[in-house]
Amino acid sequence: MAALRVATGGGHWFSALALGVTLLKCLLIPTYHSTDFEVHRNWLAITHSLPLSQWYYEATSEWTLDYPPFFAWFEYVLSHVAKLFDREMLNVRNLNYSSSRTVLFQRLSVICADGLFIYAVHECCKCIDGKKASKELTEKPKFILSVLLLWNFGLIVVDHIHFQYNGFLLGLMLLSIARLFQKRDLEGAILFAVLLHFKHIFLYVAPAYGIYLLRSYCFTANKPDGSVRWNSFSLARAASLGLIVFIVSAVSLGPFLALNQLPQVFSRLFPFKRGLCHAYWAPNFWALYNAVDKLLSLIGLHDKWFGAAVRAHSPSNRDALGHLHLHTACHIGPKGFLRCLILCALSAFMFGWHVHEKAILLAILPMSLLSVGKAGDASIFLILSTTGHYSLFPLLFTAPELPIKILLMLLFTVYSISSLKMLFRNEKPLFNWMEKVYLLGLGPLEICCELIFPLTSWQPRYPFTPLLLTSVYCAVGIAYAWFRLHVSVLTNPAARRTKKQ
Amino acid sequence: MEKLPFMTIVVLIGLIVRWTVSLHSYSGAGKPPMFGDYEAQRHWQEITFNLPVKQWYFNTSDNNLKYWGLDYPPLTAYHSLLCSYVANFINPDWIALHTSRGYESQAHKLFMRTTVFIADLLIYIPAVIFYCCCLKETSTKGKIANALCILLYPGLTLIDYGHFQYNSVSLGFALWGVLGVSYGWDVLGSLAFCLALNYKQMELYHSLPFFCFLLGKCFKKGLKGKGFVLLMKLACTVVASFILCWLPFLSEREQTLQVLRRLFPVDRGLFEDKVANIWCSINIFLKIKDILPRHIQVILSFCFTFLSLLPACIKLTLQPSPRGFKFTLVSCALSFFLFSFQVHEKSILLVSLPVCLVLNEIPFISTWFLLVSTFSMLPLLLKDELLMPSAVTVMAFFIACTNSYSIFEKISEEELQLKSFSISVRKYLPNFTFLPRMIQHLFLTSVMAMVLLTLLMVTVDPPQKLPDLFPVLVCFVSCLHFLCFLVYFNIILMWDSRNRRNQKKSN
Repeated sequence: MAALRVATGGGHWFSALALGVTLLKCLLIPTYHSTDFEVHRNWLAITHSLPLSQWYYEATSEWTLDYPPFFAWFEYVLSHVAKLFDREMLNVRNLNYSSSRTVLFQRLSVICADGLFIYAVHECCKCIDGKKASKELTEKPKFILSVLLLWNFGLIVVDHIHFQYNGFLLGLMLLSIARLFQKRDLEGAILFAVLLHFKHIFLYVAPAYGIYLLRSYCFTANKPDGSVRWNSFSLARAASLGLIVFIVSAVSLGPFLALNQLPQVFSRLFPFKRGLCHAYWAPNFWALYNAVDKLLSLIGLHDKWFGAAVRAHSPSNRDALGHLHLHTACHIGPKGFLRCLILCALSAFMFGWHVHEKAILLAILPMSLLSVGKAGDASIFLILSTTGHYSLFPLLFTAPELPIKILLMLLFTVYSISSLKMLFRNEKPLFNWMEKVYLLGLGPLEICCELIFPLTSWQPRYPFTPLLLTSVYCAVGIAYAWFRLHVSVLTNPAARRTKKQ
Repeated sequence: MEKLPFMTIVVLIGLIVRWTVSLHSYSGAGKPPMFGDYEAQRHWQEITFNLPVKQWYFNTSDNNLKYWGLDYPPLTAYHSLLCSYVANFINPDWIALHTSRGYESQAHKLFMRTTVFIADLLIYIPAVIFYCCCLKETSTKGKIANALCILLYPGLTLIDYGHFQYNSVSLGFALWGVLGVSYGWDVLGSLAFCLALNYKQMELYHSLPFFCFLLGKCFKKGLKGKGFVLLMKLACTVVASFILCWLPFLSEREQTLQVLRRLFPVDRGLFEDKVANIWCSINIFLKIKDILPRHIQVILSFCFTFLSLLPACIKLTLQPSPRGFKFTLVSCALSFFLFSFQVHEKSILLVSLPVCLVLNEIPFISTWFLLVSTFSMLPLLLKDELLMPSAVTVMAFFIACTNSYSIFEKISEEELQLKSFSISVRKYLPNFTFLPRMIQHLFLTSVMAMVLLTLLMVTVDPPQKLPDLFPVLVCFVSCLHFLCFLVYFNIILMWDSRNRRNQKKSN
C-alpha cells in the first residue's frame, strides 16, 4: 500500500504536480507539430548516420545543424534509442518522415528530458524562503512557484505541441540559478557553461553570470556598506572559473578545432544573413518599429534615413543596454543577479537580432522565481507572462489546437493571477485600472483575430493582419513590463545608497 | 482557499483532458463497411435531416435499419437533427442522403467532437459543479477536490470523447434530476429525469430509485394531504414531458409501437458481445444463451434483477433520504447491469455516475469501483486504439483521488461505513476484526490483476483456440468485482440507520 501511495504521489504534493503535468504532456502526443519536429529528426539522422566531420557541413535538408556541439551529442545519444522505435527516421534522405512511432519517440524524448526541468524546479523551491507561509498548502510560496514553473503554459505549448527541447535547457538554467542561490557558485558556473554549449541563445544572459560571479565569487569580501572590497580579489577563484569555462569549451569545440571546422561551426551558429525580424514578428521593439514604419509608409511620411539609422545601431543597442544593467549586479546578492539576468534576457528579446517569439520564455521562467517574493514583482510577472504567453498563440494555428491553447492559457492565467493575488492580499492591489483593461483586452483581440477576421472579406487581401495586431499589442505589454522592471532595479534602495557615495 | 478561481481551474482541467482525449481515434475509424458508433451518430444526423419524422424509426428504401438504425428515444433524434442543421451549414456533404455513408475527414471529426464538447459543457459539467457546491458538511477544499475527481472520471471521458457517444447528455440530465429531488425541487427534478429517460432508455436503470424516493416522500407528507398533491404534480409532469417528447410519434399506434420495438429489442438475446455481467460470466461455463429458450431468458433476468434490487427500493420507500437515495441509485443500477437483459459494457457508466456522487462519503471503495468500471471497458477501448489516453486518464484520476482524499488512510471499519455491520457479525463471530486488512489485501490483488491483464492484452497474442480469451477474462474479473461491490453497497444501505446512530454516539 505504501508503494502505491508513493507511486501516485500521495505522500507529497510536488510529485503529484509533476506527475499530473507529465500525464498532460502524454495526452498532447497526437497534437500538431511544427517544422521543428523535422528539424530534430534531421539532426537525429545527421548525428547517427554521418561521421563527426560531416555534422556541420551536411545540407541535404534545409534544416541544418545550428546548435552548439553538446546538443549535437545529445541528439546522437537519443538516436541510439530512436533506432529501437523506427530505423527509418535515422536516414538523412527521409525528409519529413513522421511515422507514428517517430512521433511517439520524439514526443517521449521531450517528456523524459523534462525530468531535468522537474529536478531544477524542485531545487528552486528550496531557495524560496517560507517566511510568509500559511498553513494552507495552496497558499505557500513553494507550492505556487512549483505550479507556475511546472505548469507554465508557454513551456508546455512550445515543447509539447510545437515541438522543441526548451524544457531541459531551461531546467539547466534554473538549476544553475538555484546553485548560485545556494552559494554553490562553482557548480552554477559549470552548469551555465555546459548550457551555453547546448544552446547559444543563452549568451544573452551570459553577462549577468559573468559580472555576478566576478563580483561575488572572485571578490571574497565586502565593505560594511555592501560594496566590494577591491583588494579581496582571489586569483585562485578567478582562475578556477576560467579553467571551467576553458575545459567545457574544449570538450565541446575541441574536436571541431582539431578538424579546422570552427569557422563553419560559427557560421552555422550565428547566421547574420537572416535579417532583423523573423518570419513572424516577435512582439519586441522591432515589431513596434515595423508597425510604425508601415503606418508611416501608408500615410506617405516614410523617411528613408529613419530605417537605416536604426538598422545600423541595432547590434550595439543590445550591448549598451546590457552594460546598463550589469553595474546593478555589483551591489546586490543572488536576488540582484536574478533580476539582472531577467533584464538581460528581456532586453535581448526587446532589441535583439532575429529574435524568435519563443525567446520570451527565457525571461518569463526566471521571473516566476521573483514573483512569489514581492508584490511589485508579481505584478510585473503577471503582465509579462500573460502577454508573453498570448504572443505564442500564432504558433499554433490549426483548428483542433485552438481549444487546447485557449483552455491552457486560461488555466495558467486564472491560476497565476488568483494565487498571486491571494499571496499578496495584504498589500496594495496588483493591477491598476490601465493594466486591467489592457489584460482584459486580450480576450476581444483573440476573438477578433481567430474567429471574426477569417470570416471577413479582408482575409484574402491582408492575411497577416492578425499576426500584426497580436505582435504589436503584445509588444506594448512586454515593453511596459521591461520598463517597470528597469525602474524596479534602478530604484532599489541598495543601489540608491551606493549611488549617493 | 477561494472557491470561484479554483472551481474555474477544476473545470478548465476537466475540459482540457476531454479535448485532448478527443484528438485520439474514435470507434470504427477507417473500418468499412460498418465503421462504428461515430458513423452511427453521423448517420442519424443524415436520417433526421433528410427524412420526414414518420420515417425515422421505420425500415424504408431510404432508411435501412440494419445500417445503424435509430435505437434511442426521440430526444436523441431531435439532438441529431439540431446538429445536422449546423453540419449542413458548414458542409452539406457530411449528411447528404446515401452518399455520405462512411464520410471521414479531419474537419468532420472536429465538428463531431465539438458537438460532444458543447453538449457536455452545457449539461453535464454545470450539474457536477452545482452538485459539488451544494454538498453539505464539506469544506471548500473538499468540494473542489470532489469536483476535480468527478470530472476526471476516465470512463465517461473515454467513451464520450474517445469512442464517441453522448452519454454526458443523459447522465447530465439524470444528475440534474438527482439534484432536484435531493434538495426539494421535486417537480423540476422529475422533469430533468424524464428528459434523461427520453434521451437514452438505459436511464430506466435509475428510474426505480427515483420512483421509490418520490413515492416515499409522498407517503411521508401524508397521502391524504400534501403528499397526494405532490403525487399528482409529479404524475402530471411525467406524463406531460413524455407526451411532449413523443408528440410526433403518438399520432398512430404503429409509430409508437415501432419506436418501442427499436428501443427494446427483445429479439436480440440475453447479451451481445462480451460484457461484465452475470449471464456472460455464467455462459463461459454453461451455455445458457443456447440452452434456454428466449422467453425463459427474459423471465430469468427479470426475476434476478428485481430480487436483487427489491430490499434497497423497499427501504428507500419507507425511509426516503437523499443519502439513501444516492446509495439506492448505485445498488439498483448495479443490479440492472449485472442481471438485466441485453446489457452493453458502456452501461456501467450508469452505475459510475451514482458512485461518483458518493465519492466523498466512501472515497476508497468508490475510487476502487470507478477504476474497475473503466477496466471493464478495456477490450472496447483497445479496439478503438485508445490505450494511451486510457492509461493516462486512469493514472490522472487515481492520482487526483489519492491526493484529494488520502484514500489509503481511510480504510478503517468506520471509514468504510461497515462498523455496525461488523458489530452485528461480531455477535456471532467474535473474531471478525480482519475486514479492513482483508479489504486492503484485496485491493492490492485487484490492482495487480488489472495491470497484469492490461499488459497481457497489449503485448501478447491470445492462443489460436481461444481468440477471445483476454476480453472474456477481463469481463469475468470485472463481474466478480461488481458482485462484491453489489453486496457491499447493499450492506451499507441496510445497516445505514444503525451506522448513523453509532456515528452520533461516537461524536
